[in-house]
Amino acid sequence: MKKIDLLLSGIGGQGVILASNILAEVAMDFKYDVKKSDVLGMAQRGGAVVSHVRLADRVRSPLVQKGNVDVLLSFERLEAGRWVEHLSREGYAIINNQSVFPLSVSSGYEAYPLQEEMEQLFKTATKRVYFVDALSMAQDMGNRNVVNIIMLGFLSFLLPIDADTWESGIAARVPPIFRELNLDAFRRGRSEAEKMVGETNG
Amino acid sequence: MKKLLSGNEAIALGAFHAGVMVGTAYPGTPSTEILETLATFEGPYVEWSTNEKVALEVGMGAAYGGTRALVSMKHVGLNVAADPFFTLSYTGVGGGLVLVSADDPGNHSSQNEQDNRHYARSAKIPMLEPSDSQEAYELTQLAFSISEQFDTPVLLRSTTRVSHSRSVVEFEERDVVRNSLPFIRNPQKRVMIPAHATPRHIAVEKRMQELERYSEEFHYNQMSINDTNLGIVSSGVAFQYAMEVFPHASYLKLGMSYPFPEKLLRSLHSRVEKIAVIEELDPFLEDILRKFGINPIGKRFFPGTAGELNPDIVADGARQAGLLSAPPLPHITRPPDFPLPGRPPGLCAGCPHTGAFYVLRDLGFYHSIDRPGITARDKVLAGAKKSGLIISGDIGCYTLSVLPPLIAMDTQTCMGASIGVAIGLVRSGIANKVVAVIGDSTFYHSGITGLIDAVYNQTAVTIIVLDNNSTAMTGYQGHPGTGISAKGQITKVVDMEKLVRGVGVEDVQVVDAFEIGTIKLAIRQCIERNEPSVIIVRGLCPSRSKRRGDQLAVDINKCDGCGACLRLGCPAALRRDEKAWIDTSQCLGTICALCQQVCPKEAIALQISEEVKV
Repeated sequence: MKKIDLLLSGIGGQGVILASNILAEVAMDFKYDVKKSDVLGMAQRGGAVVSHVRLADRVRSPLVQKGNVDVLLSFERLEAGRWVEHLSREGYAIINNQSVFPLSVSSGYEAYPLQEEMEQLFKTATKRVYFVDALSMAQDMGNRNVVNIIMLGFLSFLLPIDADTWESGIAARVPPIFRELNLDAFRRGRSEAEKMVGETNG
Repeated sequence: MKKLLSGNEAIALGAFHAGVMVGTAYPGTPSTEILETLATFEGPYVEWSTNEKVALEVGMGAAYGGTRALVSMKHVGLNVAADPFFTLSYTGVGGGLVLVSADDPGNHSSQNEQDNRHYARSAKIPMLEPSDSQEAYELTQLAFSISEQFDTPVLLRSTTRVSHSRSVVEFEERDVVRNSLPFIRNPQKRVMIPAHATPRHIAVEKRMQELERYSEEFHYNQMSINDTNLGIVSSGVAFQYAMEVFPHASYLKLGMSYPFPEKLLRSLHSRVEKIAVIEELDPFLEDILRKFGINPIGKRFFPGTAGELNPDIVADGARQAGLLSAPPLPHITRPPDFPLPGRPPGLCAGCPHTGAFYVLRDLGFYHSIDRPGITARDKVLAGAKKSGLIISGDIGCYTLSVLPPLIAMDTQTCMGASIGVAIGLVRSGIANKVVAVIGDSTFYHSGITGLIDAVYNQTAVTIIVLDNNSTAMTGYQGHPGTGISAKGQITKVVDMEKLVRGVGVEDVQVVDAFEIGTIKLAIRQCIERNEPSVIIVRGLCPSRSKRRGDQLAVDINKCDGCGACLRLGCPAALRRDEKAWIDTSQCLGTICALCQQVCPKEAIALQISEEVKV
């Protein structure tokens, strides 16, 4: 199978690690060799989080290389910007269009990058950049905590792993009472990708 | 069976399948999950030990008693355990004993980047180095066999990228066989008086020679000959990076990197044009090669003596050394040409450490800086303490108080050092008052001995113990003061206040972590005394307790934007439109209320209705 390198970035508390664990295990169910490596700051909450996930027939390094990332799946705009150099020219950038201000911004010492700056940055990097309103989709569903599964749903549309493997993988890895909610979130994310990616590809 | 496991989980599973009966550890990133995982299995006795030295001693006792023991710690933990570690090499084991040292190249969460491979050489103990989770699982099991076969402890050396990466592990579920050997009396071997230790040292040297022969045959020391232009010597995760960059080179891949298999190296050397060593941190393998008269391409091109390696660094080094002709991957995007604000770690909203540091900063720096608006009363107090406080810090979440806006720590080196350093600062004869600040888990770990020193020598030092009832930074593990065991069961609490009084501290106060005025009063009293005093500042870790109080809000009609509340460094106390603003998604409200206490305008109050909410 063709190798796929992914970076998942976001902020502590957004479910980045859970999402990358589900992705890695679903890929393993789909017979990929998998390695992943997470970097968490020292803070328990609110710090930057990045997870390297690598899928191939045989994976060596648990860390991705610059210029080699096939999909950057980011849960927050600023945290997407940090990893733009890692994208390959053909890579996909899927960015939850949400901004969470770091303390230095909210206390007035630094400026948060403008939406236009960020869009321009990614457009020069790749043609395949998608800003997804995952937070408002999650709020529509009545639960902000499913942003990560909506993002996984979007991602699933781009990967060769079939939807059934995804759904059974998710169902097995979330608490039973949240199973339907998460599967619904996954499907919404996937159909959003169908709309957004399908349009540009079509 | 196939599972995606972290290196730490794989080590625990390997130890469990090897029939380990005793697991001990003190929490420390990146090693913590080893014991946490072992604690989930039925059978082995597990404990959070008071510190790493005790952990190893308990493991030693278990091995002497004939069972297999796993002892895990972070790299700097082995410094604490080094005393028993060196002599355990002489006494040998009984049941197998494996010590896991999880090093932290890149300093993700540590005070230094020491390379613990040196410990294997200086203590004359064999060392295994897994490069992913599958090897971590397999090598842990083999480590127990080697330990028993050669009557030696075995060092299993992991790093952050092995411990905290997840990869596929294939294993068979099976019944665990737990062999228990009898305790055999042998004082000549286990009581290390000089008359016994000298012959044991000779036995250790003989054992190392046997292990050298074993290392040549060891299945995980693999030589593979492919492209003969380049032979690479590597171990641990660095091997995986090397394979990424040089998939077709010849290799000597070391699963046992000490003792080093010289014959395998010479065999590789005779069959390839050039030899390179790719390793993280110190030139440990490179120095061994030089000792054998082989000059490899090493640290000159593949840095990482400071910092960790990654495939990009290995590829860059390879290009500079002329080993790789391929250019960097094409079309690398330029970095953003506008600044990206960082997200440095900080204390959480509602952290019980914030108040004490706010007060320390206030007492330590405020009075020494003349600023507009200083009151007459404060000026009098400033006269009494114009040289300010020196704050001797320790290891835990609270070390983050060194960052702005608190900036309330002057020294910090290792676990428990705060008290000894504070004593030394007082004895140096400086005019400043000295305060030691230490967390509860760190206090039990190695603060007590410093405290006893202060009492015995009657040094006038103020010791603040920040008691949040948890080892919070590594993920809320239990410690002797919590009354919760490593298995999550209720156990005896070692009462901190009684302990402190018991060693002879007369002046002991327990104050609420969320009462700024009380903390300030206590510190002011203590620093004027001529004997050691202890203030226990007590409050639960909010990330663990998940408690919330009634919501607070800023009355924007009263707030004049002075920023007093912002100096707490609380991530929920923010600025919006030149006024203070409370982020209610993070604020813990009335159970903390520090901002309410420091607000000079009384602008922070209970959120009574939607109208007050901004």
